[in-house]
Amino acid sequence: MAYDKFEILKSTAVPLPIENVDTDQIIPARFLKATERKGFGDNLFRDWRYNPDNTLKEEFVLNNPIYKGGILVGGKNFGSGSSREHAAWAVYDYGFRCVVSSFFADIFRGNCLNIGVLPVQVSAEFLEKIYKAIEADPTTELEINLQNQTITLLVSDEKESFDINDYKKENMLNGYDDIDYLTKMKEEIKDFASKRPF
Amino acid sequence: MSTTLFDKVWDSHVIRKIKDGPDVFFIDRHLIHEVTSPVAFLGLKSRNNTVIYPERTFATADHNTPTINQHLPVEDPLSANQLKALEENSAEWGIPHWGLGHAKNGIVHVVGPENGITLPGATIVCGDSHTSTHGAFGAIAFGIGTSEVEMVLSSQCIMQPKPKKMRININGELGLGVTPKDVALFIISKLTTSGATGYFVEYAGDVFRNMTMEGRMTVCNLSIEMGARGGIIAPDKKTFNYIKGRLFTPKGDAWNTAMKYWETLSTDEDAVFDKELSFNSSEIEPMITYGTNPGMGTGISKTIPNAEEIDGGVATYKKSLNYMGFNEGDSMIGKPVDYVFLGSCTNGRIEDFRAFASIVKGRKKAANITAWLVPGSHVVEAAIKEEGLLAIFTEAGFELREPGCSACLAMNDDKVPAGKLAVSTSNRNFEGRQGPGSRTLLASPLVAAATAVTGVVTDPRTLL
Ligand code: SF4
Repeated sequence: MAYDKFEILKSTAVPLPIENVDTDQIIPARFLKATERKGFGDNLFRDWRYNPDNTLKEEFVLNNPIYKGGILVGGKNFGSGSSREHAAWAVYDYGFRCVVSSFFADIFRGNCLNIGVLPVQVSAEFLEKIYKAIEADPTTELEINLQNQTITLLVSDEKESFDINDYKKENMLNGYDDIDYLTKMKEEIKDFASKRPF
Repeated sequence: MSTTLFDKVWDSHVIRKIKDGPDVFFIDRHLIHEVTSPVAFLGLKSRNNTVIYPERTFATADHNTPTINQHLPVEDPLSANQLKALEENSAEWGIPHWGLGHAKNGIVHVVGPENGITLPGATIVCGDSHTSTHGAFGAIAFGIGTSEVEMVLSSQCIMQPKPKKMRININGELGLGVTPKDVALFIISKLTTSGATGYFVEYAGDVFRNMTMEGRMTVCNLSIEMGARGGIIAPDKKTFNYIKGRLFTPKGDAWNTAMKYWETLSTDEDAVFDKELSFNSSEIEPMITYGTNPGMGTGISKTIPNAEEIDGGVATYKKSLNYMGFNEGDSMIGKPVDYVFLGSCTNGRIEDFRAFASIVKGRKKAANITAWLVPGSHVVEAAIKEEGLLAIFTEAGFELREPGCSACLAMNDDKVPAGKLAVSTSNRNFEGRQGPGSRTLLASPLVAAATAVTGVVTDPRTLL
């Protein structure tokens, strides 16, 4: 499924300063039963957002109306655990186009890039600065510029650059995905496959 | 130039290298199940693509299947819908499908090796992170997301940057009551859940050499829990004996050709890794976790560490202990337990049931324990009966359920109720992993058995 192009995102951000947020928290397994990709945003962080009787847990950040925006700022080792792409879908479907953290789990990072969510890895210091700035003023904005590979805290103009490989960057800038690329390689793949021993 | 086992297998599957980008990586064998494949098939259709090599994909139903009364229709409509989607998609594209009730049905990472789908030197992927299990055979195997499932269906390739290489060496012999599960939990407790992120891990040394294939699978299975993409162990005689003659293993001349290749699959003596770690087997005792990630584990005779001894955020650590209802300095032994789960792709193989039986034999299940004994596949289930283990379980007051993922991820009916404490042989102790509000202690089948007969966390060495 192709996604919208990602160029520059200027937005307020939602802080989630917890480490090792695993994919079972992002979307619990019992919500993986769909056969279509829709509605996952409703269950993003389900058990942190809702009580067992489906009432809101007021204290959870997504239930606090002063925090909003298209950027989620998570703690170190964000997205550990299962390979479920549903976690990235839930993030996207809820309305986040970018997750910022000081460290990402591998598969989650890959899944995000495959579906159009930009994972931005910053230093631990910069992450702290972001949290402080949001704490001081929840309307503070971040600007993510994919072309320049920078993230800027607009209130102070502090900036950090982030890594992304050229191939994935091109994809995100143009809204392409890997399947588009592989489809053009069919003949080369068939030739390779014919030589495999098993 | 000297190369590692991992390089040999990886490099031979790269069709194209993209500059400052991923490798176009060929996949020999692809496993699918009902949860992560339906959307991939939808995507395939919406792009007017076809399944390029249906004979390289294999389907089994496991994640949300019930583990009792499998002959009856599945009650939960959403689960039934996913199972139906798997069946229909497999039929439509000519993919071998082992649905509920099929003699070959079971957990995807148990049936792969059982049927010779898993081979040395192969690349294997599945939309499930514990695909790392198959690395036990000298394969490169790892979990992928649903977009990648669609890529493999349509092109038999995915696009992956090559991970870095790590080797973990453990020499010496394992002590009494120390199992492959303990070795893995020990390593994860040392590395933390992110200590191997970005790496592919080769396990080397006596401890892994001496392990059975089942034990190697348990270790490789848990590689993902320290953040690694996967784990790999060089194939040897044990590996070849295990796969010989299985359903999809090459036969005749094809076997001989494959053997010539397989015998080259080891790390050259002076090959260099990006990171190398060594431990001594004498450091490892039966392990148990006390927190909400698999890195929060300790030797069973020890106490829960203080927040200051942990490297990582104190607030996160305290939040985790708070969820578990434990305190820093608590002893693990003696904690009252409500549930015991033996099963999953980590510890749902015949050897795990033998280990469990070795302790419960001649004893009785404790009255406060609800126990779920869930074989990884029908083949395992049959062996349990054939070897007389079922009789031992029944005598001790345990029942055997039907195969599936069961309480490993609580997508089916096997859910640990809120607040209850479970000793589980599975692989994840995240908040709510075994049911909303459930609390999980990860441990070996021996610890699970010892706990099941005493009703409290118990060091199995006292019962061996
Ligand atoms: S047993 Fe657990 S980890 Fe293994 S395949 Fe099933 S859900 Fe995944």
